[in-house]
Amino acid sequence: MNRRKFLNGYLPAGVMIPSFVNGMGFKAFESGHTFLNNVLLPGGDNDRVFVVIQLNGGNDGLNTVIPLDQFSKYQNARQNIFIEESKALRLNGVDNIGLHPAMTGLQELYNDGKLHVVQSVGYPQPNFSHFRATDIWMSGSDSRQVLNTGWLGRFLDEMYPGFPIGYPNSTMTDPLAIQIGSVTSLTLQGAAQPMGMSISNPSSFYSFVNNQIDPAPNSYAGKELSFVREMSKQTQKFGEVIKAANAKVTTQSPYPTSNSLADQLKIVARLIKGGLKTKIYMVNYGGFDTHSNQTVAGDTSIGYHATLLGNVSNAIKAFMDDLKFQGVEERVVGMTYSEFGRRILSNGSTGTDHGAAAPLFVFGAMVQAGVSGTTPILPMKATVGDNVPYQYDFRSIYASILSNWLCVNDTTLNNVMLKNFQKLPLTKLGTCSILNPVGNPDQLIVAYPNPFHKKVTIQFKSAGGHTMIQVMDSAGRLVKILIDANFEAGTFRVDFDGEYLSAGLYYIRLQNQVIQQVKSVIKI
Amino acid sequence: MSTERKFQTPPSLAAYAGPWDKDAVKHLLRRTMFGAKKDDILYFTGLGLNGSINQLLDTSLPLPAPPVKEYAVGNAMVPDTIIGPGETWVNDTNNDGTIASYRRGSFKKWWVGNLINQDRTIRENMCIFWHNHFSTETNDVSNAQYVYKHHNLIRSNALGNIKSLVRAMSIDPAMLVYLNGQNNNKSAPDENYSREIQELFVIGKGTGADFTEPDVKEAAKLLTGWRINATKMEPYFDSNRHDTTNKQFSSFYGNKLIAGKTGATAGDLELDEFINMLFANDEAALFLCRKLYIWFIYYKITPEVEAGFIAPLAKLLRNNNYEVKPVIKALLSSDHFFDMMNRGCQIKSPVNMMIGLLREFEVKFPTPDMYTTNYGLWNQMLSYFTNLQQNLGDPPDVSGWKAYYQEPGFYEYWINTDTLPKRIQYLDSLVTNGYTVSGFKVVVDGLAYVKKMAAPRDPNKLIDELADHVLGIPISAQHKAQLKRDILLSGQSDDLYWATAWDLYITTPSNAANTKYVTTAITNLIKYMVDLPEYQLC
Repeated sequence: MNRRKFLNGYLPAGVMIPSFVNGMGFKAFESGHTFLNNVLLPGGDNDRVFVVIQLNGGNDGLNTVIPLDQFSKYQNARQNIFIEESKALRLNGVDNIGLHPAMTGLQELYNDGKLHVVQSVGYPQPNFSHFRATDIWMSGSDSRQVLNTGWLGRFLDEMYPGFPIGYPNSTMTDPLAIQIGSVTSLTLQGAAQPMGMSISNPSSFYSFVNNQIDPAPNSYAGKELSFVREMSKQTQKFGEVIKAANAKVTTQSPYPTSNSLADQLKIVARLIKGGLKTKIYMVNYGGFDTHSNQTVAGDTSIGYHATLLGNVSNAIKAFMDDLKFQGVEERVVGMTYSEFGRRILSNGSTGTDHGAAAPLFVFGAMVQAGVSGTTPILPMKATVGDNVPYQYDFRSIYASILSNWLCVNDTTLNNVMLKNFQKLPLTKLGTCSILNPVGNPDQLIVAYPNPFHKKVTIQFKSAGGHTMIQVMDSAGRLVKILIDANFEAGTFRVDFDGEYLSAGLYYIRLQNQVIQQVKSVIKI
Repeated sequence: MSTERKFQTPPSLAAYAGPWDKDAVKHLLRRTMFGAKKDDILYFTGLGLNGSINQLLDTSLPLPAPPVKEYAVGNAMVPDTIIGPGETWVNDTNNDGTIASYRRGSFKKWWVGNLINQDRTIRENMCIFWHNHFSTETNDVSNAQYVYKHHNLIRSNALGNIKSLVRAMSIDPAMLVYLNGQNNNKSAPDENYSREIQELFVIGKGTGADFTEPDVKEAAKLLTGWRINATKMEPYFDSNRHDTTNKQFSSFYGNKLIAGKTGATAGDLELDEFINMLFANDEAALFLCRKLYIWFIYYKITPEVEAGFIAPLAKLLRNNNYEVKPVIKALLSSDHFFDMMNRGCQIKSPVNMMIGLLREFEVKFPTPDMYTTNYGLWNQMLSYFTNLQQNLGDPPDVSGWKAYYQEPGFYEYWINTDTLPKRIQYLDSLVTNGYTVSGFKVVVDGLAYVKKMAAPRDPNKLIDELADHVLGIPISAQHKAQLKRDILLSGQSDDLYWATAWDLYITTPSNAANTKYVTTAITNLIKYMVDLPEYQLC
């Protein structure tokens, strides 16, 4: 355990060196990590908090973020459930998308500069099983890779080596992570054990007898016995600090009632303000598996899905208002996610079946407001197997949060994410490091001939550094990786021999530094 | 952290030939019947291994009478006045929203009653196994009659044939509602059931389970057309909604082509072919056997377990044409099941723990004629289960409870910093104060329990007998010595202190101060014992 460097992994947040901010680009800063570490560590730890909202069941992305610039294709694919163009909520300065009419809270947050929408988040070879897809999101694995640790579990393992032995201590007096609810999530699973604790009601902890401890036998029973004992120890250790933090906050700004997500976030706000040093909070809200009756017949802006999205939006808005009221707004960033989006084509039960990529929301006062990515490319006439192709790998979001919000250095980031993922400018410039904000760049991919029969030539622009070109089919499956290497800045060409492919729609995806672009091509 | 953990003998289906002692009997009973009653331990000890397994697998015992109306109709729009109080509602088609919710409640309470009053078989345990396997939620199904029908299908096939059970499940009304089968039609297939039947019910997600997305889509087409007749509360096939095209499956299923059929029999014929195709795949038996292993033995399936135990068990299942009974018989009779390595290593589910406590201490409930009081008392158990994250009848989703599938913790997911304190709290509450419904109090009667012991006046034997009876793994002599001193001897060191108090209690229970002392000491001792982490294991 000691091989892990305790504070080395952490960049002091809030520490900003003017010369870094002025004039030094992202690349330069990368090499600056070591410098910063050497100069400033050990030192101020940061008080940043990250809140994860899991939307269980597979949220329908296309009815959450409405593709206004492809409206006729959207309407065509979803004749029984499409949201009317006039009802979609508009975002300041954005004309290609609108939010579901129930999400007025998030609309306000966006217009207030506190919301970032990331389009089409997913991964290659999407899995359509709730359970497997959830595991992929929670563990941060590849589609076919099975990891038994969670991404935040690995992060906390890196930050607090040896936990729970020797904890609490002077650097960490509080639980590393708190999950609201009674179920432990894989997300927080560390190499040896869960790195978080679950609570449903912070004011009730039950005291245990102080048992004499017999040695655990060397058997499976011994393993489980040790586990139960460890849980009981942790409950006792952290019960009091949580109770105390909870009791400190007596006034909160209003939250919606009959909204279980709001109930959970209300507790989170209280514990943050109450002084816990806990880094991670996890909450969840279920019911998004809308195979049927997603909307009311006759008015698609209301119904089951609208209620869910309304509750999510109202809960987040109330949470943000409360954080502001408590004066801790700048310490908190949150994100929503769901294990997958839903199929482009709606089904006959006024619902949608399991799909692939979907948008997610990142919120917080320190978030860089904006929209990453374009609206998903929709086919003219969607068929049952068509899925939204991913533009952003979900692990890019994780890596960006770790690196640019929790200020983890690159070595640690690699240990947590296990691979190199591009970072996106989700949080404000200079929060930890400097990321060049990316507007919607020019067309970086040209493909010809398009449609193609045998060979298609792909011309792409790289800004230098790691560059990847992938080919995906219409269901989002990875067909081929054409380029995966470091490039100098410039324009390049690569040929793809697609003769063996069946006819249909394919996507070419470019990934280069913080940029990605997807271009559709048709094979005939 | 520790040296390698090893089985006593390599995993195999070889029958257990070790001693048929109380430890072996308790292990068998705790894994099959929710705690071991003292009478049961004696009874099964007398039967020997084979006799015990045959008794547990006895399917000749009658099914319990169905749930009854124990609710007031309240302000239901369509009250079910034709059903009298205490009569069963399961055959009445009333589906008023309010009535349905009362009936779902009635069903769930009734289920708890069955758990408490179970006979000496594995049936109740298997009902929860299948409930977890074919996970449905009563709240989603909504119609209480369908819920009961679904449950009864499981109950009557608890030790039946998995292949025919899956066949029946595919058109079971509750399942047709829960996984949208009733909406699945040729113009807009709904893939919900076609995915889960492969992923969760039959083929699973093992390394060899390589069914494809097109397989899900083809199966959805094949399953189109099934509807529910609400009056008969039965499924029927509507050929107009059926996709009559051919269904082409992937190489995982040997490139099986199921020809599209037309007419009234098309649904049945294609379903038969589909079920045959699923079970022709070796993964089907492997998947079920792994689930049984995790349910009855332990969650760690090492390569040696897979090769030495799972594979031959799966073969047995196939050779018996998917009859489950011989497979469970082989599993429970095996040397591997009784291997010391596999004893005491399960973390009890909430149901197992709470029902186990009631059974171990033979907690008394009212006689069956007081059904409203009983249903009320059973309801409290339901809320215990629910708060401990095992809402019986309403698992979290279609994959059942995490404890039986989620890597890497499995049963450990029952226990966290939220649920562990609650577990202790509920156990304590039943041991100390109990709870009351309509004037009837449910509480552990510690004195009655101790009175039945062989030598209650000897504090050493009392503690030994209690610990042996209820703890999943033993505690040390030193630990017991401390318990004796702290609780039974009130800090003294002479055993006579307890013997005298006990004797006085037996001869002169009217001595209030002494009786109070003895009662409190016993209650505290039992409370201490069930608060131990060792009690969480079985």
